[in-house]
Amino acid sequence: MSGAETEADPVEHRFGSYGGQYVPETLMPALAELEQAWLEARQDPGFRAELETLLRDFAGRPTALYRARRLSERLGRTVYLKREDLNHTGSHKLNNALGQALLAKRMGKQRIIAETGAGQHGVATATVCALLGLECVIYMGVEDTRRQRPNVQRMELLGASVRPVDAGARTLKEATSAAIRDWVTNVEGTHYVIGSVVGPAPYPALVRDLQRVIGDEARAELLDREGRLPSRVIACVGGGSNALGIFAAFLGDEEVELVGVEAGGDGIDTPRHGAPLTVGGRAGILHGARSAVMQDEEGQIVEAHSISAGLDYPGTGPQHAALRDSGRARYVAVTDSDALAAFREITRLEGIIPALETAHALAWVLAQPDGGIDLVCLSGRGDKDLAEVLGKEQP
Amino acid sequence: MSVARAGRFGDGSEGSVSPSGGAARIADAFANHGKLAALMPYVMAGFPTLEESARIGQACVRAGADVIELGVPYSDPLADGPVIHEAGTRALAAGSSIGGVLEVARAISADVPVVLMCYANMVFAPGVESFLDRLARSGASGLIVPDLPYGEAPEVLGACEQRGLALVPLVAPTTTDQRLAAIGAQARGFLYTVSVVGTTGERRALGERFAEVVRRAKSSTDVPVALGFGIGTPEQAAEAAAAGADGVIVGTRLVREAAEAERPAEAVGAVVEALAAGLSPAR
Repeated sequence: MSGAETEADPVEHRFGSYGGQYVPETLMPALAELEQAWLEARQDPGFRAELETLLRDFAGRPTALYRARRLSERLGRTVYLKREDLNHTGSHKLNNALGQALLAKRMGKQRIIAETGAGQHGVATATVCALLGLECVIYMGVEDTRRQRPNVQRMELLGASVRPVDAGARTLKEATSAAIRDWVTNVEGTHYVIGSVVGPAPYPALVRDLQRVIGDEARAELLDREGRLPSRVIACVGGGSNALGIFAAFLGDEEVELVGVEAGGDGIDTPRHGAPLTVGGRAGILHGARSAVMQDEEGQIVEAHSISAGLDYPGTGPQHAALRDSGRARYVAVTDSDALAAFREITRLEGIIPALETAHALAWVLAQPDGGIDLVCLSGRGDKDLAEVLGKEQP
Repeated sequence: MSVARAGRFGDGSEGSVSPSGGAARIADAFANHGKLAALMPYVMAGFPTLEESARIGQACVRAGADVIELGVPYSDPLADGPVIHEAGTRALAAGSSIGGVLEVARAISADVPVVLMCYANMVFAPGVESFLDRLARSGASGLIVPDLPYGEAPEVLGACEQRGLALVPLVAPTTTDQRLAAIGAQARGFLYTVSVVGTTGERRALGERFAEVVRRAKSSTDVPVALGFGIGTPEQAAEAAAAGADGVIVGTRLVREAAEAERPAEAVGAVVEALAAGLSPAR
């Protein structure tokens, strides 16, 4: 975690006109309790020491910053990969799950719930619950339990109860709604470990603060090795936690371009994508926050589509919407087929199997003809995606 | 008794702005019901069809309903349990739109005050003022937005007041005293008191804290206090009235009846009649 917070720093509820707390009244005291707990915990040397020790000894941080040799050679410029795939459980998700689970213990909550799309957040949460001896329930869309089967097995092995959600498109949006309904019902003894920089305040700020370790580490190490900042920082964006985690350290570095890569699905000229930031349009409210949302004229949320379960979501984090509007970050979309091609190419080129989510960011980098130093958040590993990819690709 | 027009629902002819204040009309309903508490059935608009949902609403009125809470089908209803969620999903699949919902509101509001239950994104998507103009023209008296807590409500509250619509807030067993006082002070029409920690749905017994939450709600506000979530039987309705609730909201029980019965309007009407008997002072 960053060492920069002071008592004077509030937990943001709004990012420009985005964010807020659009949830049933029943949850309001729990949100206030969570915010208060975070304000206190981040000032508490004991809490910080416990989190930092677990990030080091349990998660394996800091993660490597790898200068991608053959990729850099291919592109004729320098590309660094921030290796969150080497974080324990195989993605950046553990950074947030560890912090929130420690907060839950601090609040005396013994039961943890979470939503998951690709399963990476579910696995991270189940892992932390095993570590800390907490009860764990994970909501996952039926479609995602199919396409991310290995992660379901991991969660169950870790002692979590995985509840398949059979509503709507049976993916991340419905899993999140089911988790929120569980929380409304069991709020008094349960903490909801939301997995991205989405949801009602204080979650977007809390999850960003817990993920900014990615950017803080990468920025310091890159400065040390190159004596300069990167020209661009690139990350995939579904809800947007790995992106905001790495962006956060560079927000003040105006010369560093920030690029968020959304799921283009079948193409953003079709309705089948997961790219609300790239497409633009009216803001909306989903899962407790106002942000960029895919919706129809009357405000019904429409289904997203992406080959990658972690990006298959019609909303995104409110701070991303504000960064887009201010021009501080820009957002682009990469299609399913380009992401699949990048998945294959990076695997052969670097000996790293990236998550399909991450492959979107890598596809964008592969398509850029120019640049100085690119820093890419390699948010997770792709073992979970093998069945899905091998089923779709030519031999 | 008005009858739903023969024309198609949702044809856009929603009429002119009602001159009477929605809050006043709701207050009248609470003052003149002659029962132990006002009976407030929830009807999901567009379920199973728009026409049938209007007939269900009118059957509720004939059976003794004092106020109708009209649910707007929504893609992501976070405060609702599986029965109402499923009904909303089916209504949307059947082509329900806000225009059609407001036609149902118009058909029912000729007889009793109608309060729309609508999630926040549908209020904001077309613009708050535009949405509320249409709502006012439909003859509805008020609006409940289950995911618009106190802190997010000022814009909608102000726009409702300008149009004579009552913005009905919710309080829950978890609501702190401080919040309760603030919410109670700005409640219009009535204060929707959630009986349990949870989503909508039938329960074997009322939440153990329901009497306490009714008492706390009543001490926080000048408007009537209606109890909802988890009330499905005449006995539970009577218990709620005995605990001091000025109104009793019954939702999931009726939506389930509409989902299961061959003749939904008649079947829902019969359930509402039994609930009204449960609230009869002569009982």
